[in-house]
Amino acid sequence: MKYIDEYRDAVSARRFARAIARIATREWTIMEVCGGQTHAIVKFGVDELLPPQITLLHGPGCPVCVTPIELIDKAAALGARSDVIFTSFGDMLRVPGTHSNLLEVKARGGDVRMVYSPLDALKIAQANPEKEVVFFAVGFETTAPANAMAVYQAAQLGVKNFSILVSHVLVPPAIEAILGSPDNRVNGFLAAGHVCAVVGYEEYYPLADKYRVPFVVTGFEPVDILQGIYMIVRQLESGRAEVENQYSRCVRREGNIPAQQITREVFEIVPRKWRGIGEIPYSGLGLREPYHTFDAERRFNLAGYAAEESGECISGEVLQGKLKPNQCPAFGTRCTPEHPLGATMVSSEGACAAYYRYRRLEVAHG
Amino acid sequence: MCLAVPGKLISTSGDGLERSGKVSFGGIIKEVSLAYVPEAQVGDYVIVHVGFALSTVDETEAHRVFEYLEQMDELEEISGQP
Ligand code: SF4
Repeated sequence: MKYIDEYRDAVSARRFARAIARIATREWTIMEVCGGQTHAIVKFGVDELLPPQITLLHGPGCPVCVTPIELIDKAAALGARSDVIFTSFGDMLRVPGTHSNLLEVKARGGDVRMVYSPLDALKIAQANPEKEVVFFAVGFETTAPANAMAVYQAAQLGVKNFSILVSHVLVPPAIEAILGSPDNRVNGFLAAGHVCAVVGYEEYYPLADKYRVPFVVTGFEPVDILQGIYMIVRQLESGRAEVENQYSRCVRREGNIPAQQITREVFEIVPRKWRGIGEIPYSGLGLREPYHTFDAERRFNLAGYAAEESGECISGEVLQGKLKPNQCPAFGTRCTPEHPLGATMVSSEGACAAYYRYRRLEVAHG
Repeated sequence: MCLAVPGKLISTSGDGLERSGKVSFGGIIKEVSLAYVPEAQVGDYVIVHVGFALSTVDETEAHRVFEYLEQMDELEEISGQP
């Protein structure tokens, strides 16, 4: 397909990989923040093409993986109610909560439905006025404009039986949390292309200055990722810490203004808890006051949930790039995609699931 | 989750925030909101995520990766690498 196949071309990929090997004179650690990139890197073996002096760390960029466990519990509680139709993107359905996941709730008779778009959830609400329809609004900046539009339209159309359970997170605060940590080893970041398609990349300039690290806005195909890595290594080797855009076919510096407008109309910045990491200030989105009636937590009085993570799961370390999935003692044995202990084993963009699918036979060393 | 795929816009209807279009992903057609890409025209490629087009693919910029590759190799020849 156009705009996909040419960026998977093995010859171009190898040319970039060879060029990286030629210019890298010392060891560099680069983090890709986005789970979509993690998936592509592991699937296409991008990391295996790289010279040994380049280490890729997988970052926290999978919204499914960082949605706090108590929110999964709230979703399960809503899904179990007889007056509720609970709607969600498919990849949230198998994420383990404290006692069950949404698929199990559905098997026990809950009306849990997978939707492709938040607008589909709104349509379900219009078609079922006697039911409460809740949508699990999960995601990064990429998904926020879509979820905001569903709420905006619900308000415009006066749809009273629609609400969203919000778990929206933002990428730059998570990057800053990693950079600010005393044991940070990341020298440069691949900034997530589709997040930047929405919000642009203005926000990375102060981060690049403050922490002296290069950021390269990067696409999702192997050739894109290798070019992004090449651009970072070239900056590092010449002592620069700048913001560059590899993914210029889709990303403009200012981002998508109409999408930002609707997002800002509906959402405001709030502190959020990240599963496996903890609370990060200013790191998420919540509904603004005029839209509070669409907030499922308020509508159903869901305050006061607290939950503990399975003691065995080290996904917090994995999400911050401190450990690789196959260094987890439970990886592939007690924890598999069929019986996941942590969310990073569920989503196809979770690092644990990507390693399980494509790197199963590898044994971690050390 | 932030997976977004390029598809070709083959028709549009409505306007403003209600504008939508049919997008072909290698022959599979989906109805997509065009609220966020007012500039997109039939024939353009758009990047689609959860039912919304988020960006129009810039044809000229799309070649840059490969131009960059050519230049990178030329530069190395000039600098006398084997
Ligand atoms: S392999 Fe399973 S238990 Fe280990 S970190 Fe990943 S999700 Fe958690």
